[in-house]
Amino acid sequence: MKKFILDFTVVENVRLNYQYVLLKLTHNKKLPPILPGQFAQVRVDGSPETFLRRPISINFVDSERNELWLLIQVVGAGTRWMSELKPGKLLNLILPLGNTFTVPDNKNARIALIGGGVGVAPMLMYGEWLHRNGFKCNFMIGARSKIDLLQLNEFNKYGEVFTTTEDGTYGEKGFITQHSRFNTPNFDYIYTCGPTPMMKAVARYAQENDIFCEASLENVMGCGIGTCLCCVTDTTEGNLTVCAEGPIFNVTKLKWQI
Amino acid sequence: MADLTTKLGTIQLKNPVITASGTFGYGTEHLDFMDLSRIGGIIVKGTTLRERQGNPYPRMAETPSGMLNAVGLQNKGVDYFVKHIYPNIKDYDTSIFVNVSGSTVEEYVKVAEIINDLEQIPGIELNISCPNVKEGGMAFGVSCPLATEVVKAVRKVYKKELMVKLSPNVTDIAEIARAIEGEGADSLSLINTLLGMAVDVKSRKPVLSTITGGLSGPAVNPVALRMVWQVANAVKIPVVGLGGIMNATDAVEFLLVGASAVQVGTANFIDPAISVKIVEGIDKYLNDNGFNSVSEIVGGMIV
Ligand SMILES: Cc1cc2nc3c(=O)[nH]c(=O)nc-3n(C[C@H](O)[C@H](O)[C@H](O)COP(=O)(O)OP(=O)(O)OC[C@H]3O[C@@H](n4cnc5c(N)ncnc54)[C@H](O)[C@@H]3O)c2cc1C
Ligand SMILES: Cc1cc2nc3c(=O)[nH]c(=O)nc-3n(C[C@H](O)[C@H](O)[C@H](O)COP(=O)(O)O)c2cc1C
Ligand code: FES
Repeated sequence: MKKFILDFTVVENVRLNYQYVLLKLTHNKKLPPILPGQFAQVRVDGSPETFLRRPISINFVDSERNELWLLIQVVGAGTRWMSELKPGKLLNLILPLGNTFTVPDNKNARIALIGGGVGVAPMLMYGEWLHRNGFKCNFMIGARSKIDLLQLNEFNKYGEVFTTTEDGTYGEKGFITQHSRFNTPNFDYIYTCGPTPMMKAVARYAQENDIFCEASLENVMGCGIGTCLCCVTDTTEGNLTVCAEGPIFNVTKLKWQI
Repeated sequence: MADLTTKLGTIQLKNPVITASGTFGYGTEHLDFMDLSRIGGIIVKGTTLRERQGNPYPRMAETPSGMLNAVGLQNKGVDYFVKHIYPNIKDYDTSIFVNVSGSTVEEYVKVAEIINDLEQIPGIELNISCPNVKEGGMAFGVSCPLATEVVKAVRKVYKKELMVKLSPNVTDIAEIARAIEGEGADSLSLINTLLGMAVDVKSRKPVLSTITGGLSGPAVNPVALRMVWQVANAVKIPVVGLGGIMNATDAVEFLLVGASAVQVGTANFIDPAISVKIVEGIDKYLNDNGFNSVSEIVGGMIV
């Protein structure tokens, strides 16, 4: 897919809670084709602390409004800078980067999109895509507390939503992998993105039950376009780049200890 | 437009901007962003005799105004390069150099011999910053006898432009530069990355799997500039300057201290089209200051 270096304008900066913002961006021309699961390399201000670009998933593309959404969790200087952007400000993105999810081979497939924390970001765009193409999906979303559950009203538009919170303030209490939905094997396709321990638990469940499973990895990145080889993950085919050959991998290919 | 051509030993580049090894892939990855024919040259990834998986993840850490890397020369080996990569890149309208790496003198020699037969590769860049397995992992480039041994051996088999890339992790870079010039190198490039490290205070662990790694980016720029100036004053062969070049002004600084060409590395990560912008910026500098050619400013620093 052709990649672009583009300036976007901030349309809206929605503060979702103490840690998260949703940035709605637009571009003066029609957005290029972008697939679910892909990400952008976001230019920060280039100060000594934020020298490199930051990889951020495409959360959603609103073609009608020509909008692109980024869901940002504030963890350090770069994401804090993004979270403070005011409407009208410019943001430079390289996109679309990385691969996409493997779409189920039949419309009756039972699909679970399992996200935790900021890992829900790519799930919204994929869920919307699946919904628009006649698939039915289940969103399984885990968070620490009620306040950390993000974009639930958006997810509700495209499928059934199941939640857990660690403190029991919303949905079932516990981790998302402990949700009662998993008590009997209910799924044919599982896609997951979130903290590594969560993704490993999901991968273990999928492998035990012989379910197709893809995980979207978050490795630190230099270039984002496959040249520096900094972002690799060990796989059955050797070290592969998460930015160009990923970020989405079939879990059976990954050599992580699950 | 000024005359941007520059001579590097045996060959002429269309302009003095080359992309640095390990930071530009094989050029192919940048086709969406820029026209490769606009730059003076491309130095492809470090190539070794056999396939190498490189070091375990994490291999990178962002540090103030720069980054540490410990990629460890991951590449598919020279035979794969010849069969599967060379055919795709050989017709790019720019000068393509292969960065040759190895763990023994014999390995360097074999890779150089194989690359020598590739018609559309006008030169190699010998990366002597690699650890020498026979000397307990000490880099070839940090000892004068080891550096001269590998350059002498490669010079015997390699007939085209032999550029040798110097390590900055030495006490007297001019001494090593002179010794390598004496072995018949056609040009010298510097600097490779500076040895550094970073620690995660939360886990109290090193950030890189290898503990130490190579620093690049603007953080190394003044050190690189000083070393290029020292080397340019010490040798007669052309010098290619690099280290933290982010824009045309940085590039002109290197030319002024005596570099005949420059390489752009880490800056490619921030702007994949930066190398073309640097070519344009050098041209503008020449025009704005009444120069007709690049050669007029090489070594033109007024002391
Ligand atoms: C493919 C991909 C998609 C991502 N999608 C999102 C998203 O949609 N929303 C979101 O909020 N975050 C996302 N992240 C994580 C995000 O890139 C980091 O949180 C961010 O880079 C941190 O930068 P900082 O300056 O705020 O933090 P710092 O901790 O100060 O960053 C220091 C350095 O470490 C790197 N780094 C730190 N944490 C991560 C991480 N988790 N992953 C990769 N690099 C990291 C930074 O890029 C920077 O180079 C994604 C990461 C990847 C690899
Ligand atoms: C990720 C990465 C990989 C590199 N790989 C190589 C390599 O294979 N061979 C080599 O000679 N230099 C390699 N280098 C060093 C660069 O070519 C260059 O010498 C160094 O980064 C300093 O220049 P810069 O500050 O412009 O990046 C690498 C640098 C980086 C950042
Ligand atoms: S970040 Fe450079 S290869 Fe993936």
